[in-house]
This record gives sequence, structure tokens and C-alpha cells, in this order.
Amino acid sequence: MTGMQIVFLINAAVTVIAGVMMVTVKRLMHAAMWLILTLFGVAVVFGLLEASFFAIVQVVVYIGAIAILLVFAIMLTRDAVDDSFLQNHRWVLTALIGAVALSGLLLAIFTWPQSALFTAPLADAQRDVGEMGLSLLDPQGYLIPFEVSSILLLAALIGAVHVGISRREEER
Amino acid sequence: MIPLYWFLVLSAFLFSLGLFAVITRRNTIAILMGIELMLNAANINLLSFWRYLHAPRGDMDGLIFALIVFVVAAAEVAVGLGLIVSAYRRRRTVVANELDLLKG
Repeated sequence: MTGMQIVFLINAAVTVIAGVMMVTVKRLMHAAMWLILTLFGVAVVFGLLEASFFAIVQVVVYIGAIAILLVFAIMLTRDAVDDSFLQNHRWVLTALIGAVALSGLLLAIFTWPQSALFTAPLADAQRDVGEMGLSLLDPQGYLIPFEVSSILLLAALIGAVHVGISRREEER
Repeated sequence: MIPLYWFLVLSAFLFSLGLFAVITRRNTIAILMGIELMLNAANINLLSFWRYLHAPRGDMDGLIFALIVFVVAAAEVAVGLGLIVSAYRRRRTVVANELDLLKG
């Protein structure tokens, strides 16, 4: 057992326990805090996969933006839900569905013939974030997906603003 | 070195937890949090398959794919929370069972 494996196991335990707490805790704000811990664990996993750029993007985008947006939404809608008791709907049945999905996934993973492959060292170009940025703007590379995703982001933000604007006459 | 299937098992656990949250939670914001967890599990899978199977061949497809999943997640949260806050403003509720305007 190498050092990397120990780090991975500790991190995986923290991540999964935080995930379990996130889906079972009563108060929504606490669930958001557990979600942040889970997202941080995923960032560590990205670091272990030698995708350090994605580890940083995970912290900046997920924890810095998405989780904070969720916290704001929870605070804005605070009086809509009484979350002093457990709000989960049909616990046992859904836990069973989750367990079936998990065992199906695990079965697929462990019957897959190649699943014990080990890694080879990364090439220099793959470690370099600048190289990835260049390939994003390269017409031979990933220019089209990049532009499509930026249009999607723009459309989503315009849509969110449009939906979020309050129109007094419709509220009556 | 860490075997590939360790990452896959971790992401399977996270995906099932997200699925559980999406089905069981009543609050729409908690459902969105479950979706975030599922997207993260998918991203772990994308990056680990890239790292173990594609990186030795020298391409970056998996990295770009993961980047686009990030963009989609950000867009989804922006629209989803906009809808939730807007629904709250009109109906004074964020509970999925009570948002039944389209029910026949």
C-alpha cells in the first residue's frame, strides 16, 4: 500500500460519509455544508488523477460559485419549508432504489475485464494548462464544442435573468 | 499506484447518493444538490478514464469533456435556482409536491 493509496482511501471515506450526511441530514443549510465537503473531496480526487487544473476549477466553480448560489437560494426561501424534521419522501423505497443502482454499477465495474489497469506517466503537453487552452481554440481541435458550450452558458444566464426578474403585474 | 476501479467505485457511490437525494428529497433545492453530486460522479469517471486509458495515447478528449460538463453544471444551476426562486415568489413554496400547477 503506497502513500497515494492511503490518501485516496482516507479521502474517499470522507467524501462518501459527507455525501451520506448530505442526503440524510435534516436541515437544508447543513446539507449544503456537507455538499461543500463532498465537493472538496472530489477536488482532491481530481488532484490524485493529476488533473490539477480541474481540482482548482472544482474549488472555484463548484464551491466558490455553485455551492454559494445554493446557500443564497436556501436563505431566500427559508420560510417556505419547515426543516426541523426529516423531509425525505418514502425513505426505504428510495434507499432500496439507490442500493439497486449502486450494486448494478459495482457489478458492471467488477465484471469489466480491464478494470485493474495501472497508469502510465503523463506527457508534458498534458500537464500544461496552456496546451489545453490552445487546443480549445484550435479549429482542428475543440473549437466547435468550446463555442457551443459558451453559447449554452450565455443562453442559460440570459434565461436565468429573464426568469428571475420580478414582474409586478403577474404576481397579482 | 491506485487501480482504476477504485475511482470507479467511489464515483458509483457518489452517483447512487445523488440519485437517492433526487428521488427522496422534497425540497427542490435539495434535489438540485443531488443533481450536482451526480454530475460530479460523472466527472470523476470521465477524468479517471481519460487518465488511465487515453492519457498514455497523448490526447485530451477527456479533459475537454470534463470542462464541458462543468459548463453544463453551472448553466443548470443558474437556470434551476432562477426557476426555484421565481416559483417561490409566485407560489410561496419550494416543495416539489406542492408545485403541481401542470397537474391535470
